[in-house]
Amino acid sequence: MLAPAIPSTTRVDHLLIAEMVADASRVLDVGCGDGALLQLLADTKNVDGRGIEIARERVNACVTRGLSVIQGDADRDLADYPDDAFDCAILSLTIQATRQPKTVLEHLLRIGRRAIVSFPNFGHWQVRAQLLFTGRMPVTENLPEAWYVSPNAHLCTIKDFANLCRVMNARVERAVAFNASGQQLGTWLPLTVHNLMGEKAVFMLTRTRVH
Amino acid sequence: MNTASPREFLNSTDVRVLEANSPSSDYIDVPASRPLRLDCDRLLAPFRIAYKTYGALNAAKSNAVLVAHALTGDQYAASQHPVTQKPGWWETMIGPGKPIDTDRFFVICPNVLGGCMGSTGPASINALTGKPWGLDFPVITIGDMVDAQVPLIDHLGIDQLFCVVGGSMGGMQVLEWAARHGPRVYTAVPIATAAWHSSQNIAFHEVGRQAVMADPDWRQGRYLELGTEPRNGLAVARMAAHITYLSEEALQRKFGRSLQDLAAKTFSFNADFQVESYLRHQGSTFVDRFDANSYLYITRAIDYFDLAAEHGDVLANAFKGTKTRFCVVSFTSDWLYPTRESREIVQALNAVAANVSFVEIESDKGHDAFLLEEPELFAAVRGFLNAAADKRGLNSGSGGR
Repeated sequence: MLAPAIPSTTRVDHLLIAEMVADASRVLDVGCGDGALLQLLADTKNVDGRGIEIARERVNACVTRGLSVIQGDADRDLADYPDDAFDCAILSLTIQATRQPKTVLEHLLRIGRRAIVSFPNFGHWQVRAQLLFTGRMPVTENLPEAWYVSPNAHLCTIKDFANLCRVMNARVERAVAFNASGQQLGTWLPLTVHNLMGEKAVFMLTRTRVH
Repeated sequence: MNTASPREFLNSTDVRVLEANSPSSDYIDVPASRPLRLDCDRLLAPFRIAYKTYGALNAAKSNAVLVAHALTGDQYAASQHPVTQKPGWWETMIGPGKPIDTDRFFVICPNVLGGCMGSTGPASINALTGKPWGLDFPVITIGDMVDAQVPLIDHLGIDQLFCVVGGSMGGMQVLEWAARHGPRVYTAVPIATAAWHSSQNIAFHEVGRQAVMADPDWRQGRYLELGTEPRNGLAVARMAAHITYLSEEALQRKFGRSLQDLAAKTFSFNADFQVESYLRHQGSTFVDRFDANSYLYITRAIDYFDLAAEHGDVLANAFKGTKTRFCVVSFTSDWLYPTRESREIVQALNAVAANVSFVEIESDKGHDAFLLEEPELFAAVRGFLNAAADKRGLNSGSGGR
């Protein structure tokens, strides 16, 4: 069978996540939206994928296209899953919209042997510049909504997230930042540059064994 | 109270009594040598399961969909009813090109044990006495209904059902199929249902049963032998139950406070309001096609349903190690089996890391929405089944695009 063509509109962070996920693994996508990542993983990696999505119409759209998705809330429903239920638990551009990011991340690391988290970087220079020069909450391509309608409750920078991983004793297996044109920033660049130039970041984490 | 002429009612009753003992559908007779051990610990044998099929079984016998009916349903899911002459109760869902596509799937719909359309129940003749079972019929459970369907699936030579699907009490059977016979169920679609019957729901059932039993024509359940029929009692039971299948919004939208063919109130106890007339009609047409004792037995089976209690009070234990793919469906305005009860099922399935989809459909039609024209429901069921059928390697049907 021919590999299905990957649509050119596929998000760069999705492509990177697909590269990080092992073939035929069990994957949970928390905040799966319209199911684009799950579909990509099913098409290119033959994964056994599940999704959680908060918006009912998106859930129904996912199920209609044959994806295993439930209507649920990352803050409330991750507690239901047993330890190590998945090879990989993904939180794609969702952590900033949760009420308890740390608790959600703890669950993610408990449920999945690996966790992959992507998030918009609030340390990006455009965001900083807008706040500095206009004195107002930034509205960018990546953060398109005004503060009063945005679902985002806990925005963070790449440095903040790296710090949270440290606090939680999570091991960062890989961390990649994308610039505004969707290119990966060189891994040789220092964290400060990633934090300034990166528009989005993807972290792959594992839990550190507690002895 | 009802306006049906005596002739009409005699006719339909005669047909119904006939159908209870010699169904116009297919049936299997499970012999005395294969007794069914019921949850009440009694043995039932011989017994009959009447069923209808739609579509064709493929050579690998891998495309069978078992449709489990609700409280007052029967095997005529997608074909004309022999008593009422009305179309099947789920023709919106089952048929060529429909969500449960009979060009792709082989649909089996059995009448439940305890029912009155040909499967053994209180209206059937007890072979030992030559009289209708009446209240000598053992009290059965949802699990018993499911176990009684197993010989049918064996008879058809099917190892694994591609899907078990049903709404309301049908959904309870779906859950029992997955819990008791998991390896024989590839996908399970419980719709508008719950893993246990709530106190409020038991209360409604009790009102219905009391209405039946308070009817002097019920005769302690021996009405079939004695030639009477508790029509009024059963009609009242149906009227009360029917309210629970709708929603306040739907009733208000449909009837409001409109009067029935009247310019003004009559200052009497006639059916002044449209909603009264509607309920009376629901009651009287129901008694034409349903046996009062069956109503008692089946409501009791639903009351007794508590899947967690059967598994050490932990619902997840019912699904431990399950390989079945689930699609749970609820409706926003269903107050009989509200979404939170579907969510409990989903939580239990998540706790065992089962493969589960869950959709809540926006509808103001209440519990009955699962039987009605609900495009979102059809889209979800179609999408789920077709994706699973592709995984199972089933050929696509004409409507299975």
